[in-house]
Amino acid sequence: MIKIKNLHKSYNIGKNSLHVLKGLDIEIKEGELVAIMGSSGSGKSTLLNIIGMLDNHDKGSYELDGVIIKKMNETKAAEYRNKFLGFVFQSFNLINYKNALDNVILPLYYQGISRKVREKKALKYLSDVGLKNWSHHLPNELSGGQKQRVAIARAMVSEPKVLLADEPTGALDSNTSKEVMDLIQKINKAGKTILVVTHEHDISQMCSRIVKLKDGVIVEDKKIKQKKAL
Amino acid sequence: MKALFQNDTWQEIFGSIQKNRIRTIITMIGVLWGIFIYITLAGTSKGLDNGFEKAFSSISSNSLFIWAQQTSLPYAGYKARRQIRLTTNDVDVIKKKVPSIEYVAPRNVAGVFGSSGGNVVKGSKTGTYAIYGDYPEYIKIAVTKVYDGGRFINQADMDQKRRVAVIGERTLQELFEEDENPIGQYININNVTFKVIGVHQFRQGGGFGDDGDIYIPFATYKDLFNTGKYVGFFMMSAFQDADVVEVEKEVKLVLKDIHNIAPEDDQALGAFNLGEVFKKTIKFADGLTFLSLIVGIATILAGIIGIGNVLLISVKERTKEIGIRRALGARPSQVRTQILIESVFLTIIAGIIGIIIGTLVLFSINMATQDLSDFPYTNPTVPIEFIFGALSLMIVLGTLIGLIPAQIAVNVKPIEALREE
Repeated sequence: MIKIKNLHKSYNIGKNSLHVLKGLDIEIKEGELVAIMGSSGSGKSTLLNIIGMLDNHDKGSYELDGVIIKKMNETKAAEYRNKFLGFVFQSFNLINYKNALDNVILPLYYQGISRKVREKKALKYLSDVGLKNWSHHLPNELSGGQKQRVAIARAMVSEPKVLLADEPTGALDSNTSKEVMDLIQKINKAGKTILVVTHEHDISQMCSRIVKLKDGVIVEDKKIKQKKAL
Repeated sequence: MKALFQNDTWQEIFGSIQKNRIRTIITMIGVLWGIFIYITLAGTSKGLDNGFEKAFSSISSNSLFIWAQQTSLPYAGYKARRQIRLTTNDVDVIKKKVPSIEYVAPRNVAGVFGSSGGNVVKGSKTGTYAIYGDYPEYIKIAVTKVYDGGRFINQADMDQKRRVAVIGERTLQELFEEDENPIGQYININNVTFKVIGVHQFRQGGGFGDDGDIYIPFATYKDLFNTGKYVGFFMMSAFQDADVVEVEKEVKLVLKDIHNIAPEDDQALGAFNLGEVFKKTIKFADGLTFLSLIVGIATILAGIIGIGNVLLISVKERTKEIGIRRALGARPSQVRTQILIESVFLTIIAGIIGIIIGTLVLFSINMATQDLSDFPYTNPTVPIEFIFGALSLMIVLGTLIGLIPAQIAVNVKPIEALREE
């Protein structure tokens, strides 16, 4: 599903250049649940951003589901993001003046799907995460776990090939974290490829593979026996 | 363009407008105020314009009065301080030598400029009114309306020195019973019997006229008041295309020649050039319209810049939201369109409200000044092309000003917008 070879990325900070990714090679197959770990500054978020087409890489190659991803214009990138990728963020990033349903609808709106169809579809995904009865509540009326579940429904509604989760449990307590991870595991069981960026050991144990980054290179890449979240 | 007609676009826009209610209202007040000032100013200046035109409508717009005074310079053997008197013989000379003159109406008057008026008696009622001796041409220069059933003095009245009179509205009220038809009735002026042939309508603006004035034929007046060939003053009008200021000079030169006045003596003849005043007034009104246009447009501009400003701030505020939308697959053009439509929509709504309020204000000013007949303010309207002009100006400027925040929103990189603080 994802093939990355010799990936380099550096940022210009003033006159200095900061080399963040120093030649990464990684291959992720369809249906994997991968935890990307590393301390802050290790390059894990940068890697996720490049995979998520939120950022461009400098050198190397990146292939997503057979499509070679190079520097492209924003319109094209927006289309690819919408079609191939779903995002889940640490701080949920729901639009606070839209209710849960309208937040889930948003990716479909940008696909130009008719109102009736997308409402039906969004409601289905919202009930999949167990929030059918909360569809007309605004984000500030929901708990953290509920918000993250709305965000997961929003990421899933466009039926992406890969789900990218950047510290999805970072803002949640341990019980809620487990619930969210349980949901992620279920989605993974259904066949979705998922990348989870985390620095929490027990969260990484709930994945099927752990990739550890340090100073822009992969220092460890191992398959593990997956722990059940609940 | 397609986005304009999609329900969803509008839902997104209303969502963001509702979210920022106070911001929206303050922004709209800026534009609303601008267009309100524009409409009110344009309408008011139009009202003044109309008012001036109405005030001058009772008199030919290129007419002038000329009268004689004392000379200030000795000339041709005559001493200075000699009283000049104009005569009926001057009329033909003026007409011959100044071809731009269309009508000349010599007038004599008793009852203005300090002289005593005529004592008028009708049955048991009496009154004192200004009596004018007039040529039939008078009505061509001072456009006076005579009420139905009556007529003005004609050439036959002059030739036969008929004792006929055209009376004013006040004269009618004071001397006649209500519902009494004055036409064909007789009144006494200074003990001479006159037949009433018409009632003239009085209109403000023609100078020293009054609604009690009585007009009788010049020839008859001459006999009644023993004025002989002498004329109190001339009223004349030039052809439409003539330059009234130039005409005044020419007429004065002719009169100076006839009456042996030094050509450089500017005391001997008095003149009041209505045409010149009229022109000046029209120019003033035009200037006022122009000024109101400039001020109005500048105010609209300020309002629209205000909208741009607020949208700019709101784009900064919404950087994160825009980033989320971009991550979810919003194309740059979709983001741009939304902000542009928001800008234009706010501008137009505020503009329309401003137009409505401005119109209401104009309407109430009109109502308030309706009864003030000597206040030159009539029918304050704003030409429809002014309104459409203002609206399209707003749409164009709203779009242009919206482009700035829209471009900034597009330039927001999703990754930067989403970066955790």
